[in-house]
Amino acid sequence: MSAINISAIEAGQLWSFHGGIHPPERKQLSNQTPIQTLPLSKTFVVPVKQHSGNSGEILVAVGDDVRAGQPLTQPGLQRGLPVHAPTSGTVLAIDEQPIAHPSGLTDLTITLAADGQDAWYPTTPCPDYQQLSRAELLERIQAAGIAGLGGAGFPSAQKLALQRPLEYLIINGVECEPYITADDRLMREHAAEIISGTEILMQVSGCNKALIAIEENKPEAIAIFTQLLSERAATASRIALRQVPVKYPSGGEKQLIEILTGRQVPSRGLPIDVGLLMHNVGTAFAIHQAIVLGIPLIQRVVTVTGEQVDKPGNYWVRLGTPVADLLAYAGFHETTGKAAQRVIMGGPMMGFALANLQVPVVKITNCLLLPSTTELAPAQQEMNCIRCGACADVCPAQLLPQQLQWLAKAKDYDGLEQQNLFDCIECGACAYVCPSEIPLVHYYRKAKAEIRNIAREKAKAEIARERFEARQERLEREKQERLERHRQAAEARKAAQAEAVAAGADNPQDAVQAAIARAKARKAAQAAAAAKANDSAEGESS
Amino acid sequence: MSMLTAIIVLGVLALVFGLILGFAAVRFKVESDPIVDQIDAILPQTQCGQCGYPGCRPYAEAIANGDAINKCPPGGEATIKQLAELMGVEPQPLDAAHGTEDVKKVAVIREDECIGCTKCIQACPVDAILGAAKQMHTVIAHECTGCDLCVEPCPVDCIDMVPVPVRPENWQWNLEQIPVTVVESAK
Repeated sequence: MSAINISAIEAGQLWSFHGGIHPPERKQLSNQTPIQTLPLSKTFVVPVKQHSGNSGEILVAVGDDVRAGQPLTQPGLQRGLPVHAPTSGTVLAIDEQPIAHPSGLTDLTITLAADGQDAWYPTTPCPDYQQLSRAELLERIQAAGIAGLGGAGFPSAQKLALQRPLEYLIINGVECEPYITADDRLMREHAAEIISGTEILMQVSGCNKALIAIEENKPEAIAIFTQLLSERAATASRIALRQVPVKYPSGGEKQLIEILTGRQVPSRGLPIDVGLLMHNVGTAFAIHQAIVLGIPLIQRVVTVTGEQVDKPGNYWVRLGTPVADLLAYAGFHETTGKAAQRVIMGGPMMGFALANLQVPVVKITNCLLLPSTTELAPAQQEMNCIRCGACADVCPAQLLPQQLQWLAKAKDYDGLEQQNLFDCIECGACAYVCPSEIPLVHYYRKAKAEIRNIAREKAKAEIARERFEARQERLEREKQERLERHRQAAEARKAAQAEAVAAGADNPQDAVQAAIARAKARKAAQAAAAAKANDSAEGESS
Repeated sequence: MSMLTAIIVLGVLALVFGLILGFAAVRFKVESDPIVDQIDAILPQTQCGQCGYPGCRPYAEAIANGDAINKCPPGGEATIKQLAELMGVEPQPLDAAHGTEDVKKVAVIREDECIGCTKCIQACPVDAILGAAKQMHTVIAHECTGCDLCVEPCPVDCIDMVPVPVRPENWQWNLEQIPVTVVESAK
């Protein structure tokens, strides 16, 4: 089976996944111009945590001078992913600032005042990386702070550290979400570096075959890769290009795996369970930069698009640049006018509206979308589900969105887990086709957060129970010890007395006995006197 | 005669099956979780005593012996629902006599006011307060269950119960509550 499957994959066969949608792509808005470099901002706000997982330990203090590429945090005890200074300057503050999160909440950040020099911290380039061991390469990838640039931001070194038999490394250049063209432009302009990064990834993961997947709506990128691969025969035998038909969400990890290999990643499983590993083209580029040039991840390509900006396009943005600076450069004017405007971070399908424009661009920021109200209508009034089933037809994870919605509304968390809520990739296809305008994904996100919260509470309750029981045990033990101490003290007293008596001292017991004898004698005397008095009285009366 | 045969045959069959069942009952005995442990696992382990028992486990024992299931304010509606399912009774609304459902809180000692009397340390059911006699005390925030028991014994009233802060990690996706800035565009 597997051998047949591999020969089919080698032959370039493509499979398809369930569902999917074809929303208007609108990529022409931003993919016509080369990537521009955004001028340095005056201040940078670098969140300590920009990926999924633990944050590192802070290395700098307020007032320190730092240089571009200097690590601001180190992995530390929690093995967190480091972040680096985006440019040279002075640390202004280390405090809580709003971050790019749908909640608009604050998190720990390091604020830098740029000095405009952009002086670099010494880098350690290594063009002949083939000499490096796997462990050294992983260490360098980790130290460069590389997290998956496709969206979830999972630390790349951790993903590569899993050692299991691999058949294919997949480089994801699908970029299926409408409007976003950051990966498209990167592939057109830096194809050689991406191929170099792919080779490094192949060496680290110990996999000798790679597939680069690009969606058919990016003919320029496909042409460049085809040309580069045909020029290098040695590379072309190991790296193959695959053109993927246009459909949303083909770029989802599990969906792309099914398209390219016909295999399904098991529920709650990882691609490595079916012998595959996937990285984004942006990550491959960042790994090339980190290993060959020694440059840590301090900038990324961000698409700024939508009908409300003058200069839509792609920009090299240093991480930590405030969104407002990028928007001002791209020609978005915050003035009073008639049209109310949302700023969406991410694409129209999976992005979220920003609560605050001072939030920084981080490792996972791929797009800023400023649509006009005619382009992207504001959320409509939610209506009742009419059970049309359109959502189930388009769900790429083959879930039952309407069922999940009812269970989420009823807060039936066991039911949601039975319906595999956690396989939902939150692609938004169900909400896109819903005729009743139900914000389905919102219900799932809420339910997921609630389920995670319950699990956290449960773990906490378990610890509280253990501590309570340990305390009860301790109190009981202390009580027993106290009683034991009292008993021993009493015995010691008795023994000391006995010893003293034996040594010829007055026995306190004798004194007690004497007192008792005296008391008895007195009582007897009283009784005798009373009896006598009675007798005499009786004698008189009779 | 045929009647006798039937009685004998059925009697022997009954004996054989009886023996098999008896053997199976001993050999394949299912060790079930005692009901008290199951109830205790549902209770929130705040150890606050608002139910009138000194801790969650004593209350679990009381429920197993037929006490009402609606005396646990920290657990709230969700706990009552689970208990009702486990005990096979109708869910009842929370008994207000024992308190009302509240947001999760954590105790914080105003440290410069603490006189080091150790009274709160003795009151804490989960040993989440650190300190010694005549030394400043402090609460280990992530071990605190928010039970409120340390507040009353404090002679200088320096313990506050503050709601657990919302972090991006434990945020509940209440999009309606976010103050999204709607900026105006020139176009």
